[in-house]
Amino acid sequence: MLEAYPDGRLARILLWSLCALVMAFLMLPTLVVVPLSFSASNLLEFPPRAYSLRWYETFFASATWMAALRTSLILGTLTAMIAVPLGLLASISMNRLGGRAAVTIQGVLLTPSIVPGILLAIGLFFVLAAQHLVGTLFGVLVGHVVLAIPVACIVLLPALARFDWNQVQAARSLGANWPRAIGGIIVPQLQISLLSATLMAFLTSLDESVISIFVASGQNSTLPKLMFLSLRDQIDPTIAAISTLWTVIVVVVVLVVTLRQKS
Amino acid sequence: MMKSLPITIDSVRKTYGSYVALDDVSVDIKAGEFLTLLGPSGSGKTTLLMALAGFVRPDSGKLLLGDRDITRLAPNRRDIGIVFQNYALFPHMNVLANVEYPLALRRIPKAEARQRALDTLARVKLDGLSERGIAALSGGQRQRVALARAIVFEPRVMLMDEPLSALDKNLRETMQYEIRRLHDDLGITTIYVTHDQREALIMSDRIAVMNSGRIQQIDTPQRIYDRPSTRFVAEFMGEANIVAPGSVRRIDGADASREALMIRAESFHLDAKLVGRDGVALEGTLRAKAFRGENWLLTLALEGGQEILVCIPAALASGCAELASGQRVTAYAPAAKVHAIPGAAA
Repeated sequence: MLEAYPDGRLARILLWSLCALVMAFLMLPTLVVVPLSFSASNLLEFPPRAYSLRWYETFFASATWMAALRTSLILGTLTAMIAVPLGLLASISMNRLGGRAAVTIQGVLLTPSIVPGILLAIGLFFVLAAQHLVGTLFGVLVGHVVLAIPVACIVLLPALARFDWNQVQAARSLGANWPRAIGGIIVPQLQISLLSATLMAFLTSLDESVISIFVASGQNSTLPKLMFLSLRDQIDPTIAAISTLWTVIVVVVVLVVTLRQKS
Repeated sequence: MMKSLPITIDSVRKTYGSYVALDDVSVDIKAGEFLTLLGPSGSGKTTLLMALAGFVRPDSGKLLLGDRDITRLAPNRRDIGIVFQNYALFPHMNVLANVEYPLALRRIPKAEARQRALDTLARVKLDGLSERGIAALSGGQRQRVALARAIVFEPRVMLMDEPLSALDKNLRETMQYEIRRLHDDLGITTIYVTHDQREALIMSDRIAVMNSGRIQQIDTPQRIYDRPSTRFVAEFMGEANIVAPGSVRRIDGADASREALMIRAESFHLDAKLVGRDGVALEGTLRAKAFRGENWLLTLALEGGQEILVCIPAALASGCAELASGQRVTAYAPAAKVHAIPGAAA
């Protein structure tokens, strides 16, 4: 395998440069908003001529933005709490069922993650409208759960494929009904995958904007929805401040979960 | 000693598509009996065990535990202890927690559960290992934890699915005696699945030999070995020679049987004096010989080409070393060891 590494000095410099370039390409668009957010100017300008924390103040002082942040965090938490258990049960069924039936169910279940978000949002709008649920938090939650279930399944299915199912049979023979076998035997051993699935489901909801734009009303706007709307109406560095905070929150959550998995 | 229950398996049938896994199987197992289901893989023995455990639902037929119909009862409500082939211990719990698990499910108070688990661990000679993690145990120790976990809640029936197949030979022999001793101490009705005929002979009160979803014969180990009722049982249970009546001659000249005869390799002698007047003689040409330590194995070709195996204990085989390939050899067997297989033509 060692031969696979370039041994010339030049080759190594080229390799490192290429890696750095790819990393920069991935990171820069995210990082460029950080200095913007500390700008003292009323405009989004790069590089900023003077620095201040005024846009963070604006954000935290705004009732609208705070409400949207709260809505987003509540939605993300609820989405994860609903989508992960449902995804786990669905994954267990697919694993146990096997064969053609499992493939079919998996196909149907994963559809929301494959079809364009806008189609899903339009469809959801009509379904929810018929139930008079457009504009409610519940309506957005349904949309986010639909999107998060396939995400949870994608994380959980491979973990279940490696699971020793004799353990469940053993638990059953020892007196455990299905819920107790799942809670006492499967869940504790799938902790890491369940944590990943929870994180992914939470981030799916946090990041989602299309469904929110279609379904959420003014009072329960999510943060991404409000960001889109404010970009259209007025461009000021508040957006950059929110984006920076957003990035920090996500990085911290991902780091905490990743570090917990390592230990 | 806990009260054990008899089991009735009444014409149980299970098919997977066109494949018949269990073909109207009926067995009555006495309370406290040690019954072994013996057969090659695919014979239906594990399917039958899993039907008793509740993980396979029969297409038709009945399963009774005592006089209670358990055919459609959920596995967790059957109160049957099961030892799985791969032990299926819970790796996220230590030894003690594994053994306490069935007691916790039955809401037995913590202190009592702990005491019972510790007592059971002592019974399977695992005292002192209760705080160990499962990953830190050897194969034999895991086997013992699995046993302890299966008996700690005092089930009235125990099912074992090839529990010793993963152990090395010496350990396997030790565990065979220990499992049997545990069964005798507890008096628990036990159904044991194996494909190892020696294991079945050593451990069982009765053996049910299975093939293609049917029970071929069910009887004591001795009768299964000496008096097999079918050709399959005869051949599965050891080095069996099945010969046409024509190739066998009675020493006293009387008529031999009309049915195929089974003579086990170790039933032969090379000295006619060791066999009574009513014994039989088979004449053939020596094809091969092998010294196996405790005995010699000779391969004789009878007239007509059929080869038979003749096993002579080393103590009685003074002449074997000098036998040469191609030499005419006559093998004798006492009448008691010649068994006519009913209905089987050679």
